[in-house]
Amino acid sequence: MIDLQGYGPRLLEGALVTVEVAVLSLLLALILGLLTASAKLSRNVLLHRLATLYTTLIRGVPDLVLMLLLFFGGQIGVNMITDWLYYQFGVDIFISINEFVAGVVTIGFIFGAYMGETFRGAFMAVDSGQLEAGRAYGMSNRLIFRRIQFPQMMRHALPGLGNNWMVLLKTTALVSVIGLSDMVRIAAEATKATHEPFLFMIPVALIYLLIASVSEWGVARLQKRYNVGFGEADEWNN
Amino acid sequence: MEQLNAWFVELLSNNDIFTANTLGYYLDGLGNTVSLVFLSLIIGLLLAVPLAIARGSRRKWIKWPIFFYTYVFRGTPLLIQLYMIYYGVVFIEGIQDTFLWAILKEAFYPALIAFTLNTAAYTTEIFHGAIKATPRGEIEAARAYGMSRALMMRRIIMPSAFRRALPAYGNEVIFMLHASAIASVVTIMDLTGAARFVYARFYAPFDAFLFVAAIYLCLTFAILYLFRYLEKKLLAHLKPING
Repeated sequence: MIDLQGYGPRLLEGALVTVEVAVLSLLLALILGLLTASAKLSRNVLLHRLATLYTTLIRGVPDLVLMLLLFFGGQIGVNMITDWLYYQFGVDIFISINEFVAGVVTIGFIFGAYMGETFRGAFMAVDSGQLEAGRAYGMSNRLIFRRIQFPQMMRHALPGLGNNWMVLLKTTALVSVIGLSDMVRIAAEATKATHEPFLFMIPVALIYLLIASVSEWGVARLQKRYNVGFGEADEWNN
Repeated sequence: MEQLNAWFVELLSNNDIFTANTLGYYLDGLGNTVSLVFLSLIIGLLLAVPLAIARGSRRKWIKWPIFFYTYVFRGTPLLIQLYMIYYGVVFIEGIQDTFLWAILKEAFYPALIAFTLNTAAYTTEIFHGAIKATPRGEIEAARAYGMSRALMMRRIIMPSAFRRALPAYGNEVIFMLHASAIASVVTIMDLTGAARFVYARFYAPFDAFLFVAAIYLCLTFAILYLFRYLEKKLLAHLKPING
């Protein structure tokens, strides 16, 4: 067995942090993505422009720069707002932006933009006749969304969502730069202490590959579920 | 021009943070970022073309190692690859005494190696996909003309594969520009490194990072328009006639 020089348990803790950051930011990104896609598809010009601005700006700036901006600037910004609230209304709140919050919010924000594009394409790919049929059955808009639009949209969105998730997973490594003890940071600390560059980095790389492989399998299963009823023809096309 | 100059001088004199001195840091950072990204893309491209061709080989002992390489480099974060190469070089026993140390002690070269290997892996897969998507008829036509495999590769498959790969490769170039920000983690004074320095010196996160974000945004748009122009030129024959 490889001797991890006592860093084994800490690496596992770090892996847990990585997974937590990844899953939480995925949730945030999915919500933001759905909102962005709806804004882009809505007839409201202001909403449309706002969503376009968001996706363009976020996709034009490196994730690390955004993360540093939010981590170092976020606290100052939040303090300004809470100070203003205090002096204006006497509301006394304190919100602290730690590495974890900054990491999750930044990654969620960045991938919200990418998810938005994926969802927008997927919504547009749903046959409008399907929605008309729903309306003809007297379904409410909500019911149409839940029973018809969402399941069919997911079928088109899943490959893109899967790709985004893989990229997101790798992006979580950046939280180590702002000081969160994810597995990359712990491996880097261990490397500096022991002068063994590969002993810790290779296991970490393997964990990333493992998570990626498991998610690939999961996405394939979901894909199968959302493809029910579309027959083999579609699988040939993919 | 005079006015513009006067305005610029005025702007600089009324500003505590963006003095000529700090703008110099940003300029150096821009130089480092651009040369790092440009060099790694060029070398990566040169590596990727033969790798992509070999990746489509029928022989398993050629195909599988390349697949393994691209799988590992695309499946793990660039930051890990950078750390492995950076520390892997620094902690080699006795490297400080060799002539190589003069080059390798600067973080630039380990970073260049890491970025090159990373972009080569992505580019290999992009080209592999483009080569695989060559229409059958084109290959059959080349065979019917009696072309050898090498000639067919050079005259038929590669030119059309390059064109098909262009949009995906444009994305890869932008991805590389953004990924290069992590060079600042291993002490390189790239654009992000300059921003971190300015932040630390003046404790002004918004000025330091928003300014650098704007520079990255400009670079991204420049790349975007370059590739849009190239696509328009090189993919003109694929446009619908009335389009």
